[in-house]
Amino acid sequence: MLAWTIYLSFLGALALLLLPGRSATLARFLALLVSVTTFALALQGFLQHRSGEMFTVVSVPWIQSLGIQYSLKADGISLTLLLLTGIIGICGVLLSWNIDVRVKEFFAFYLVLIGAVYGVFLSFDLFLLFVFYEIVVIPKYFLISIWGSTRREYGAMKLVIYSFVGSAMVLVGLIAAYVVSGSRSLSLDYLAGYHFSPHFQMWAFPLVFVGFAVLAGMWPFHTWAPTGHVAAPTAASMLLAGVVMKLGAYGCLRVAMTLFPLGLGPWGFHVLGFGSWRDVFAILAVIGIIYGALVALVQKDFKFVIGYSSISHMGFILLGLMTLNQIGLSGAVVQMVSHGILAGLLFGVVGRMVYSRTHTRDLSALGPMHLSKVIPFAAFTFVIAGMASMGLPGFSGFAAEMMILIGVWRSYPTLILFVGVGLVAGVAYIWRAMQQAFFAGGPPATSPPDHPLPPITLPERLAAVILIVSSIIVGIFPQIFLHVIHPALNSPMFDGLSKGGW
Amino acid sequence: MNTINFGQLLRLLWPEITIILAALLALSVDLIGLRHSRLRLRFLSATSIASIGCVIAIDELLHASTQGALLDKIFVSTPLTQLVQIALLVITILTLFLAVDTDFTDHVGEFVLLILLATTGMMFLVAAQDLLVLFLSLELLSLSAYILAGFDKLRPRSSEAALKYFLFGGMSAAFLLFGFSLLYGLANSTNFVEIACAVQGHPFNPILILAIVTTVIGFGFKIAAAPFHFWAPDVYQAAPIPSAAFIASGSKVASFFIFFQLLVLGFAGAEGAASLAHFQSGWVPVLVVVSVVSMVLGNLVAIAQTSLRRLLAYSAVAHAGYMLLAYIAHSQQSLAALLYYVATYSLATLGILAILTVTEKHLGNDSIAGLAGLSRRAPFLSACLFVFILSLAGIPPLSGFFAKFFLFLSLLTVSPGSKLLLWLIILAIGMSAVSLYYYLRVLKSAFVADPPEESSPIQSSLLTRLLVGIIAAGVVVLGCAPDLILNQILKVIQASGL
Repeated sequence: MLAWTIYLSFLGALALLLLPGRSATLARFLALLVSVTTFALALQGFLQHRSGEMFTVVSVPWIQSLGIQYSLKADGISLTLLLLTGIIGICGVLLSWNIDVRVKEFFAFYLVLIGAVYGVFLSFDLFLLFVFYEIVVIPKYFLISIWGSTRREYGAMKLVIYSFVGSAMVLVGLIAAYVVSGSRSLSLDYLAGYHFSPHFQMWAFPLVFVGFAVLAGMWPFHTWAPTGHVAAPTAASMLLAGVVMKLGAYGCLRVAMTLFPLGLGPWGFHVLGFGSWRDVFAILAVIGIIYGALVALVQKDFKFVIGYSSISHMGFILLGLMTLNQIGLSGAVVQMVSHGILAGLLFGVVGRMVYSRTHTRDLSALGPMHLSKVIPFAAFTFVIAGMASMGLPGFSGFAAEMMILIGVWRSYPTLILFVGVGLVAGVAYIWRAMQQAFFAGGPPATSPPDHPLPPITLPERLAAVILIVSSIIVGIFPQIFLHVIHPALNSPMFDGLSKGGW
Repeated sequence: MNTINFGQLLRLLWPEITIILAALLALSVDLIGLRHSRLRLRFLSATSIASIGCVIAIDELLHASTQGALLDKIFVSTPLTQLVQIALLVITILTLFLAVDTDFTDHVGEFVLLILLATTGMMFLVAAQDLLVLFLSLELLSLSAYILAGFDKLRPRSSEAALKYFLFGGMSAAFLLFGFSLLYGLANSTNFVEIACAVQGHPFNPILILAIVTTVIGFGFKIAAAPFHFWAPDVYQAAPIPSAAFIASGSKVASFFIFFQLLVLGFAGAEGAASLAHFQSGWVPVLVVVSVVSMVLGNLVAIAQTSLRRLLAYSAVAHAGYMLLAYIAHSQQSLAALLYYVATYSLATLGILAILTVTEKHLGNDSIAGLAGLSRRAPFLSACLFVFILSLAGIPPLSGFFAKFFLFLSLLTVSPGSKLLLWLIILAIGMSAVSLYYYLRVLKSAFVADPPEESSPIQSSLLTRLLVGIIAAGVVVLGCAPDLILNQILKVIQASGL
C-alpha cells in the first residue's frame, strides 16, 4: 500500500489539472484529501512495520537490458521520513488555503512535488531514486517563480541550478559505480555489497556526498537555500525546508555513505589538519552550524532569519552523519524529522500568519504593529516553535540535538565547543526575532488601525496544532522512531559503515 | 564482375519505389484534380496519399527478408537499416501532418513530392555501404532540403536561409567528395569494408588524416556540429516550419546513422586515441574536439537567444555534441544509445515545432517573450511544450533523460578506466545543467509570465492537437518504458553484427 503514496499524489495532481470549473475550494479540498490519504497510508505502513527491518513494497523488472528494477522498499529510516512528508504535506495544504491565483495548478505542482519526495524515500533502485530526485526540481521552480514573493525568479532559478548541479554530480558517481561494479544492477543492496576499490571510493564518495549535500544546504553550497526559502510561497518553503532538504541528507546517508564507506576512511596523510573526507565534511557541517546561526542573528528580513536557521540546523544533521556512531546517526535522522516539523512551523508562522497579513517581513516594521496583541495566536505559535528550535527539553529539537551532541562527543570531542557556540547563537537569533517581531513594545496604539489584520483562520490553527503536537510527541517519545531507526542502521546495508567506524 | 539481378534489386528497393510512386501520385492528384480547391483540402489529400505510401513502405520493411545485399554490398538491407528506415518513415509522416495546418505555400503537390524525395534519399543513405551510393543519396537528400528551406517564396528571410544552407551545403559536399576521392586513391575501392582493409595498414598516412578531416567536415555540416553549424540558426528560424522540422529531425537521424556506419566500418582501424597519455591520430581525436566545441558553444550561445527557433538550433548543436560522444565510444551499445537518443531528440524537436505552427500563426513571431502566458491561452499545447522542453533538458522520466543516461552509460562501459571519457561525460552533464537554464526560460515565459492584456485563448485545429498529443505521449512513454524500443534496437544491432 505504501507505493500508493506516490501514485495517489501524482493522480491527484492530474485530477486537479483536469478538474472542470474554477472552484478554488474544490481544488483545496481535493488536495487536502489526497495529502491526508497519503499520510494515512504512510502511518499505516509505519504501524505495520514496527520492527524497522527492510521490507519490499514493489519490485518488478523495469529496464531489463540494463538490469534496472522498479523497486520500492522501506526500512525504519524511510518510514520515519515518509511520516514526516505526510505531516508536512497536510500542513502545507492547510497553510496554502489563502492561495487564490491559479489554485489548481498550484496544488497540482504541490502534489507532484510531494509524490516525488515520497518516491525518493521509497526507492531502492538508484536509477529510480535519481528519477524521483530530479522530478522534485521542476515543481519547485514553478511553485516559487509563479506564486513566490521577493525576487522570486532569481531565487527559483538559483535553486534549480544548484539542485541540478548537485544531481549532476550524483549522476556521474552513480554511472561510475554502475559501470565499475560490472553493469549488472543499480539496486542499493547489490551496490552496497559490492567491494569498490578504495581508490575509486576515495573520489566517488566526496562527489556523490557533495552532490546530495548541496540540497541539504551544506556550507558553502548553501546559498540557494535562504534566497529560495524567502522567495517561495509559504507551502513551498515549508516543503523546501521541511522535506526537500532532507532528501539531500537522506541521499548522503542512504547512497553516498552506504555505497562508498571506505571513502570516509583516512587518506593516510594530512592536509591542513584534515585526515579524511570525514574530517572535511564534519568541519564544513560545524561551519554551517555557526555561520547559519550568526548570519541569522543579523538579518532584517524575518524570513531570512528562518532561512539561515535552516542552514544551521541542517549542519547538525550533516555533523550527526559524520560522527559514524549509532547514536549520532540516529540523532541525525531524528533531527531530520524534528527540523522538518519545526521549519514547517516557523515558515508557516512567518510566511502565512504574518507576511500574508502585514505584507512586510521587515523586522523593524513588524515591531510597531504589536503583533502579539493583534494576532496572539501567531505570537504564541512562534514562541513555542522558537523554544523547540532552540532545543528546549520536551520538544523534538532537544532530543535530536542531544543525541547528535553525544555522538559528536564520542567522535570529535573538540568540536563540541564550536557546536556549543552555535547553540548559544541559536538561542540568540530566535530570541531577537521573537522580540523584534512580536514583542517590540513601544507606545500602545491609541486608535485602532485603519486596516485591522484579518484573524487567524481555522486551517492555520489546525496546521499549527498538528505541527506543535508532532514536535512534542517526537520530543517526549523519541523512542517511537528510535525503535525503527536502530534496526535499520544495524541492517546489512550499513555493514560497510559499521565496520568502518563504529 | 557480378551481373545485376534486377529481380533482386526490385525486391530490395521495393519500399523506396513505393515512396516514389506515392510522391508522384500525390503530385498528380494535387495538380490535376485539386488545383482550385481549398489549401487545407489539398494539403490533406496530398498528405494522406503520401502517408499511405509511407505506411505501405513500413509494412514492406516489417515483412522484408532479414538480410540482403546488392552488387558487392554497395547497398545492404539488414534488420538494423530496416529499423532506421522505419523510424525515418514515421518521422516523415509526422512532418507531413505538421504541414496540413500551415499556409506558407500553394504548391502543395511539389512540397509533398520534395519531402518524399528527400525521404527516399534518406532511406538509400542509411542502407549505403559504398561511398558513391552514400554521396548520391546524400545529395538527393540535401538538394531536396535546400529547396524545402526556401519554399516560402513570399518571405525573403526564407530564401536567404535557403541560399545560406545551399552555399554551406555545397561547400561541405565538396569537402566530402574530396575526402572520398582521397579514400578511393588509397583503397582503390569505394566499398566501406575494402577501404577499412586498406586503411588498417597505415594509420599515420597523411592522406588518410586529410580524408578523415574532410569527411568529418562534410558530415559535421549535416548534423550541425560546431563549428560547421552556421546555417542552422537561419534555417531553423526562417524556413517554413514543416521544412525546418524535416531538416531538424529526419535528416538528422539519417545523417547521424550513416556517419556512424562510415566511421566504424570504413575507418575501422583508424580510430586513434585521444587521451593525453598516448595520443594517436585517427578520427576519435577529431571527434573529441568537434564534440567538445559543440557542447560548449551550443549551450552557451543558446542562453543568449530570444527566438525560440534559434534557441532550438543552438540546442541542436549542443545535442549533436552529446551524440558525437557515442562515436567516440563506437561500441554496439553506444550505437544503440545514439539511435535512441537521436530518435527521441527528433520527436521532442518535432513536437516543439508543431506547437510553433500554432503559436506563430497567432502571435506572428517565434520570440520566447511572445509565449508569455501561453499556459492560460492554450493549456493543452503548453502542457505538451512542458513535456518536450523538459525532455530536451533531460529531466526524468521523459525520454530525453534516459537517452542521456544510456549514452553516458554506454560510453563508460566501453573502457571503465578511461579518464578522457569520464571527463567528457562530466563536461556533458555539466553542460546539461547549463542547458536547463535556457530551457526553463522558455517554460518560464509560457507558465510564469502573465498573458498580455486583452489576450484571447489560442485556438488550434483538432489535427494539430492530436499530432502534438501523440508526439508528447511518445516522449513520455519512451521515457517511462525505454525497454519498448531499446530491446528492439539492441536486438537488431546484434543481428546485423556491426
